[in-house]
Amino acid sequence: MTTLTPVLTKNWDLPNSFTLEGYGDYAAARTALGMDPDAIIQSVKDSGLRGRGGAGFPTGMKWGFIPQGDGKPHYLVVNADESEPGTCKDIPLMMANPHSLIEGVIITAFAIRANYAFIYIRGEVVHVIRRVQAAVREAYEKGYIGRGIFGSGYDLEIVVHSGAGAYICGEETALLDSLEGFRGQPRLKPPFPAVAGLYAAPTVVNNVESIASVPSIVANGADWFAGMGTEKSKGFGIFSLSGHVTRPGQYEAPLGITLRELLDMAGGIREGHRLKFWTPGGSSTPIFTDEHLDVPLDFESVGAKGSMLGTRALQIFDETTCVVRSVLRWTEFYAHESCGKCTPCREGTFWLKQVLKRLEKGQGSEDDLTTITDIADNILGRSFCALGDGATSPIYSSVQHFRDEYLKHFEIGGCPFDPALATVWGTK
Amino acid sequence: MTYSPEVRVRLETDAKEIIGRYPKARSALLPLLHLVQSEDGYVSDDGQEFCAELLGLSKAEVVGVSTFYTMYKRKPAGEYHVGVCINTLCAVMGGDQIWEELSEHTGIGHEEATSDGKVSLERIECNAACDFAPVMMVNWEFFDNQTPDSAKQLVDDLRAGKPVVPTRGPSRLCSFKETSRVLSGLPDELAGEGPSAVGPSLEGLRVAKANGWEAPK
Repeated sequence: MTTLTPVLTKNWDLPNSFTLEGYGDYAAARTALGMDPDAIIQSVKDSGLRGRGGAGFPTGMKWGFIPQGDGKPHYLVVNADESEPGTCKDIPLMMANPHSLIEGVIITAFAIRANYAFIYIRGEVVHVIRRVQAAVREAYEKGYIGRGIFGSGYDLEIVVHSGAGAYICGEETALLDSLEGFRGQPRLKPPFPAVAGLYAAPTVVNNVESIASVPSIVANGADWFAGMGTEKSKGFGIFSLSGHVTRPGQYEAPLGITLRELLDMAGGIREGHRLKFWTPGGSSTPIFTDEHLDVPLDFESVGAKGSMLGTRALQIFDETTCVVRSVLRWTEFYAHESCGKCTPCREGTFWLKQVLKRLEKGQGSEDDLTTITDIADNILGRSFCALGDGATSPIYSSVQHFRDEYLKHFEIGGCPFDPALATVWGTK
Repeated sequence: MTYSPEVRVRLETDAKEIIGRYPKARSALLPLLHLVQSEDGYVSDDGQEFCAELLGLSKAEVVGVSTFYTMYKRKPAGEYHVGVCINTLCAVMGGDQIWEELSEHTGIGHEEATSDGKVSLERIECNAACDFAPVMMVNWEFFDNQTPDSAKQLVDDLRAGKPVVPTRGPSRLCSFKETSRVLSGLPDELAGEGPSAVGPSLEGLRVAKANGWEAPK
């Protein structure tokens, strides 16, 4: 049986966890600043840490791509634009434990030889922004950031930057454009940010949880981190359970834990109901069903079953939920958030929305199922960035697992579900 | 340009502080647009001209950016800008019903404000609080685990000027303009208020402690 491993969440129940007093004195950053920067990069490579923002790219390898001795300024940008539907881990992390992020920023910036770091937080979470602003201020006052940190010759400035409402800015190059003061639209890659990122200088863009995990690796060693998780998906991560579960919440566990294990800890599906479908890592990851309760939640195992680990955003839906309605709403989201830069995504999500609306009202036909998968075929792999690809995940996976439910809608000329039953208060 | 000289001086002082943080001035555009909203309650014509002037941009460049982001309002937001999450999970858990009842109760729709200017409504996308569904936001503070009745009570209280407290936030609710100032990068003194974490945020930690589970030493 897999057990929980609180590291980042460990101090969240302290009333002052968001202050230095409730966090600690940045011992890992002190250690790191006495190390060779390349040794830090090597240690993070050895730990096996992979990006916690969804794509799972090896973090140490990303750092290693930054050219050294190139005479250009280097930048670290923290992607705190958490907006993927279902994803709700970085927000409570920054609310309760912002210093783990700031300490991680110091270590990472030192390793990649950056003297400037930006934390780009979505704008719609003002209290989280306050907490990070305050943590940065506290660290400045203590001399943990600024000029000559810990008496070393190393200088680091950290700027907390608020976004303004755009899911696309979670895409790293769109985020960089936004941070430069433009519309947040993705850039063509290559060049990758490691070569030409912020202000066309070498830049590392990492997710909040990835960076916040770094101090624990420096403090406890790469082997400690690699001792958790699976062979290729090492370490711990925060699993966010939401929806029709008895006790939704944040569960920090080694990668490879299963939904069955997590549901046991969370008191199971809400009383009197059963699991129907779920997302392993946000709305952009193909949905799973009750057949997938025992799939280890690591990058490889989830991928082998046709989905993606994503952000470990486990949105759980019971049998009262209409799949077609759910997919329509996600599709409306993608259409709303499509930045308009590329035609497949801009037009494709628009048309998917139109057809799904008809289907949900029971006014469609079986041909419409071919139409939506055809449209998805013209988005997947043809859109400029991963937003378009993500929009196709609910389409393909819902048609694959719940074709009959689509058919039922036009058999009876409407939705066979009562939405009231799915609400929190519906079955009370 | 119709800002009074005093307002203009004050805004310029704030703007220059913000611009000074960035290696390149244009990076301050999003923060400055938040600053404009902290003055006017929306991205006014004057405010956008102000941004353009300070950053050496054309007004068209500023408008091109401000119209891309949903948090920048084209007309004045209410003193309390109320968001109801209608993304799939919150919608299913009751967000759709909350929206319908709230919109009917207030007589206003998406991105509209009540005639007294107190409250505006928005159908918001996922606000990263899914474990507290159904979720509402007021001036971008969390109001977790809502019901149709609690939502209507909340808006009635806001319109009546009664004190309202976020579920995970400071002990007083800021106005839309005050919030916008924090978003521009000029902090208030409220960061220390409110809990570290509550309810679902602590669920995993609670289970771990109850079972004596820890990360390896």
